[in-house]
Amino acid sequence: MEIIMIVLAGILFGFAIYNILQKQLLRIIIGTALLSHAAHLFILTMGKLKRGASPVLTDGTENYTDPLPQALILTSIVISFGVTSLLLVLAYRTVKTNGTDNMEELRGNDHD
Amino acid sequence: MTNLAILPILIPFLAGILLAFTHNRILLTRRLALVFAVIHVAAMGFLLIQVLTEGSIVLETGDWMAPYGIILVLDPLSVLLVSTTSIILLAAVWYAPASVSREQESFYFYSFIFLLVTGVSGAFVTGDLFNLFVFFEVLLMASYALITHGGQKVQLRESIKYVLINLFSSMLFVTAISYIYAVLGTVNMAQLAERAAAAEQPGIITTVAILLFFVFATKGAAFPLYYWLPRSYIVPNPVVSALFGALLTKVGVYSLIRTFTLIFHQQPEIMDQLFIWVGNLTMLFGVIGALASRNIKLIVAYNIIPAIGFMLVGIGIFNHDGLSGSIYYLLQDMIVKAALFLLAGIIAALAGTSDINKMGGMIRSHPLLGWLFFLAGLVLAGVPPFSGFIGKLLLVRGAFEKGETVTVIIMLLTSLLILLSIVRAFIRVFWGEGETGKEQKRKYLRGILPAGFLMLFTVFLGIGAEAVLPTVQHIADYLLNPQAYMELVLKEGR
Repeated sequence: MEIIMIVLAGILFGFAIYNILQKQLLRIIIGTALLSHAAHLFILTMGKLKRGASPVLTDGTENYTDPLPQALILTSIVISFGVTSLLLVLAYRTVKTNGTDNMEELRGNDHD
Repeated sequence: MTNLAILPILIPFLAGILLAFTHNRILLTRRLALVFAVIHVAAMGFLLIQVLTEGSIVLETGDWMAPYGIILVLDPLSVLLVSTTSIILLAAVWYAPASVSREQESFYFYSFIFLLVTGVSGAFVTGDLFNLFVFFEVLLMASYALITHGGQKVQLRESIKYVLINLFSSMLFVTAISYIYAVLGTVNMAQLAERAAAAEQPGIITTVAILLFFVFATKGAAFPLYYWLPRSYIVPNPVVSALFGALLTKVGVYSLIRTFTLIFHQQPEIMDQLFIWVGNLTMLFGVIGALASRNIKLIVAYNIIPAIGFMLVGIGIFNHDGLSGSIYYLLQDMIVKAALFLLAGIIAALAGTSDINKMGGMIRSHPLLGWLFFLAGLVLAGVPPFSGFIGKLLLVRGAFEKGETVTVIIMLLTSLLILLSIVRAFIRVFWGEGETGKEQKRKYLRGILPAGFLMLFTVFLGIGAEAVLPTVQHIADYLLNPQAYMELVLKEGR
């Protein structure tokens, strides 16, 4: 199970990098969203995937699910949700004021 | 008593929230912001004395014992950095009315500044790797708001790149944490240090360490990951640039110092060389950028980069002098970079342009501004007896001790080139024909006081080195001996 998940995370990383390297702003944002999904899957897998067992509640439990990765993911999901929504708004404003969503046209030296 | 460790986070956080309620009444907001900043400086001064005399403070939040809960650690290094941060916060809040428009001020400007400081202080005091990521996000969120504050065309254009690069490196940070968790099974820094030393798997730990190095090097603007920095640091308001230049990159450097002295010093022969060479290249490329630029704000922004190089070299040298040099340089650079950005902001506002070729003769109408800028340049280049000199002296001594002669040559050459870049800007702006900024714009001139206030501290760090140096050297010894940190944090776990 872990192997499948890691391969899936790898595929997501690949698609994410491909999208981030595009010129269109919206595709870059989709890329960053995929990247955060990949990272989250990674944390989940790193804590070992198990089913049917509860977190440690009493002494002497031998088979349990590690709760820490899940807490970490939850935090990380909230953060990436916030950042992605901010990025969407920022991209919208940027496209409106600069009149283009092409990253090639968004560079320049006229910063004075 | 241990609850005091929450103060560096709590005061700016509450201030940020309270100031959001008064955002429409600008005069009230300004005064309240100043009051909060002064309270913060006083509280941090109290904590500094407390920690240096009584010993470090460790707060286990929610009474969860050390390796299980989230912990906050106020050790000498953290407390020095949060105090410096509070001084810069005070200068920024004091300077803000001189350069921020009233309309911008009413859009929660001060709230975001305080929230930025919340994240920075949190990153300095946390003792947990995942929590470090969370505080990085807190400060980055505030920085996203500040860098786009004003919403000009060029600002939006540059800030989208800033947000993307930071988002990308944050996700790499999460990935690196998940690797570390898989290898060592914890995210508490003290426990990580203990387990990393006991794991005897230096290969995989070094691999993860290098991934983490790239994350912090992106945040800290090391070669070759600094390319996003200069352009995005000059577009916002000078106050924001000063805060970014003084605090954000330094959080990256602090994280490198903390994690790489504590946890990832498993294969010194690889890590030390990585730090030294990345540091060397960072110094050279940063200063070349500063020399090639004709824009006064860009010159200051490029000068952030060689300073990062000096600190990285100090971590790579990894002996008593090297680390004390790094920490001393970190402290003084935070203050002098903030002062330089504030001064460059005044100069650009008075001249109406930031191109140094279009200015000249400003010393006649604004002598104080000129001499402060000159003084800041001397401090930056490390001319004795100013504070930059002490840091560089320690670094050079440490490098000789380690036998890194090439690094010494590069450091000295870089210092010379930094001096050249700043003095050239000084000559172009303040000497020569013409009289730029002749009409006294009172609004901007009010900014000289806070900049001078910061310069006082850098002069003190240089002339009063006798008073500060023993503390810094004590911190270096403490960092060289990770056992001390582990005992401090995990005392109850055993």
